[in-house]
Amino acid sequence: MNTSKTLFQKIFDRHVVLERDSGDALLYIDRHLIHDLHHRAFATLKANGQTIRRPELLFGTPDHSVPTTARTLVDIPQGEMRDTVSGLESAAKEMGFNHFDLTDDRHGIVHVVGPEQGITLPGLVLVCGDSHTSTHGALGCIAFGIGATEIQHVLATQTLWQRRPRNMRINIDGALGPGVTAKDLALLTIAEISAAGGAGFAIEYTGSTIRALSVEGRMTLCNMTIEAGAKSGIIAPDEKTIAYVKDRPFSPKGHRWNEALTYWKTLSSDTDASFDHEVLIDATALEPRVTWGNSPQYSGSIGDTLPNPANEPNSIKRSEMEAALTYMGLQAGMAISDIKVDKVFIGSCTNSRIEDLRAAAAIAKGRQAVVPTLVVPGSGLVKKQAEAEGLDQIFKTAGMEWREPGCSMCVAINGDTLAPEERSASTSNRNFRGRQGKGSRTHLVSPAMAAGAAIMGHFTDIRSLN
Amino acid sequence: MQPFSSVTAIGVPIDIPNCDTDQIIPARFLRRAKDDPKYATFLLHDLRFNSDGSETDFIYNRAPYCDGQIVVADINWGCGSSRETAVDALVANHIRAVVAPSFGDIHYNNCIRNGVLPVRLPTTSCNQLREQLHAAPGAQMTIDLETQSVTGPDQALYPFAIDVFDRMRLLEGLDDISLTQQHEKTIESFEAIYRDQNAWAFDS
Repeated sequence: MNTSKTLFQKIFDRHVVLERDSGDALLYIDRHLIHDLHHRAFATLKANGQTIRRPELLFGTPDHSVPTTARTLVDIPQGEMRDTVSGLESAAKEMGFNHFDLTDDRHGIVHVVGPEQGITLPGLVLVCGDSHTSTHGALGCIAFGIGATEIQHVLATQTLWQRRPRNMRINIDGALGPGVTAKDLALLTIAEISAAGGAGFAIEYTGSTIRALSVEGRMTLCNMTIEAGAKSGIIAPDEKTIAYVKDRPFSPKGHRWNEALTYWKTLSSDTDASFDHEVLIDATALEPRVTWGNSPQYSGSIGDTLPNPANEPNSIKRSEMEAALTYMGLQAGMAISDIKVDKVFIGSCTNSRIEDLRAAAAIAKGRQAVVPTLVVPGSGLVKKQAEAEGLDQIFKTAGMEWREPGCSMCVAINGDTLAPEERSASTSNRNFRGRQGKGSRTHLVSPAMAAGAAIMGHFTDIRSLN
Repeated sequence: MQPFSSVTAIGVPIDIPNCDTDQIIPARFLRRAKDDPKYATFLLHDLRFNSDGSETDFIYNRAPYCDGQIVVADINWGCGSSRETAVDALVANHIRAVVAPSFGDIHYNNCIRNGVLPVRLPTTSCNQLREQLHAAPGAQMTIDLETQSVTGPDQALYPFAIDVFDRMRLLEGLDDISLTQQHEKTIESFEAIYRDQNAWAFDS
């Protein structure tokens, strides 16, 4: 019998409290993150006569409902937005869990805050009521999004019932060219395996391209794993991961750090571990990409023209492509670089970390945005760092808006939205119909490509900007 | 939650591949309480309503489909956001089951935990069922969880597979927390050993 394991299986097995004959396992949960949209969870918990089993393992911060102009609670307009944010804050005070409020520099998008604070560590199982929890797998942990009922379960028991997913390995080799980023890699991967391709799988990313990515780039890739249908993506920790987590506020210190290191060195898939599905991707020829449809699987290289649905043999895809072109107000055959944008959004849990802002600033420097552009850092600490580096001044000088941290125009329920039929270049993760406001038209791109679109007013190959 | 054994109801064909949870319930309704009297209207809202509030000709707005309690969908139903409100919106409309070739993983779990049965059938079977439902508006279908079969409008049987634990949860209307708390002693002893062996993770 083959006893070798994948990285995912190793971490999973270590967390199994008990397993039913059906194969469903009760998993111990090491970290639970929560954001404002789940503020009602605590009243429900109380009404059911339950308490938080391990409040010290629960970390909350408001992100979805935070206006990017607000620095304190009273800056939020009265009504459901403020109630949502204050609801989480009062629950944290009353029930004694960790909470980073708006006035705290540690506040931000929950998936930026977790790794930044050392809450996310290799080898853990981390959950959050948000599908982009897959982000945290970049540090070598199992991390996945859960629903509201599962949140109740974790709060009350610090455990969760999970079926063992199948294992998929996506091996990516080849050096990324200049101007090509983890975001482009994520869009290519989703195009390769489709938006449903990862359903039922835990994905592990391996290969020279992955090793060469920064930890922040790996977060971008793992973040968008959910857009390929898989709840979690994981990357084995290496020296970059270790250097990233060292000396973070919540990461282990002293002899505990050494104990952690000993365990983390065991965290890789065994060489003969068997995967249920293997995908090989060559990133050598990858170019900056732009999505054009209403599923992240529909993207092309910046130099491409839009495909003609009539040439698509798969009837489901054909009808989906036709519907997307109509909704997006585009024509088959037009050049991607001819698509004009009305607004640009740089931010979200996909692309709001310091490296993302640096990449956008490098394009914006010394140029002028010709369309309204919103730059939203992922956390208070990212914002401070960017300001220390003068990035805010570059954005402001370019005529872009420099805002307070939050999810902003990715989920578009904080006041930052597109009007019907308005078109964006967006560094977020979903181009679904209406995602950025009813009737909105979203094209997903990397931060540098978004900045390029802001400068030119249409998609442009940033590699040709001098 | 409401147990599920067998349901016979009108089927509603929804021909949208990758119908994400943002379509099932747009994000701007996520802060609404479940007891909001308008909750049922949030389901597939932007496909069903124009900006002025008038109804579109979307299939679920039309009689007799509007009385349907079984959705037959296309690939990757419920992909995207983890919002359980997508299931709340189905429940608010008395929809008891969704039949599709594949589901978003998180949405699938959310359905199971709210008494909505997600049924995976092959793409060709889902296509056939949707065609029949379009051809005969108001046609009924039956989903029996005991026998794990769908009976189409054509009276053909379409057997389906489901995880035995999920099946039990739905048949008995089980609440996971009370089930898990029966294992409290096991959890306690696991936790003590696990936290001792992994002190680095809990002692920063």
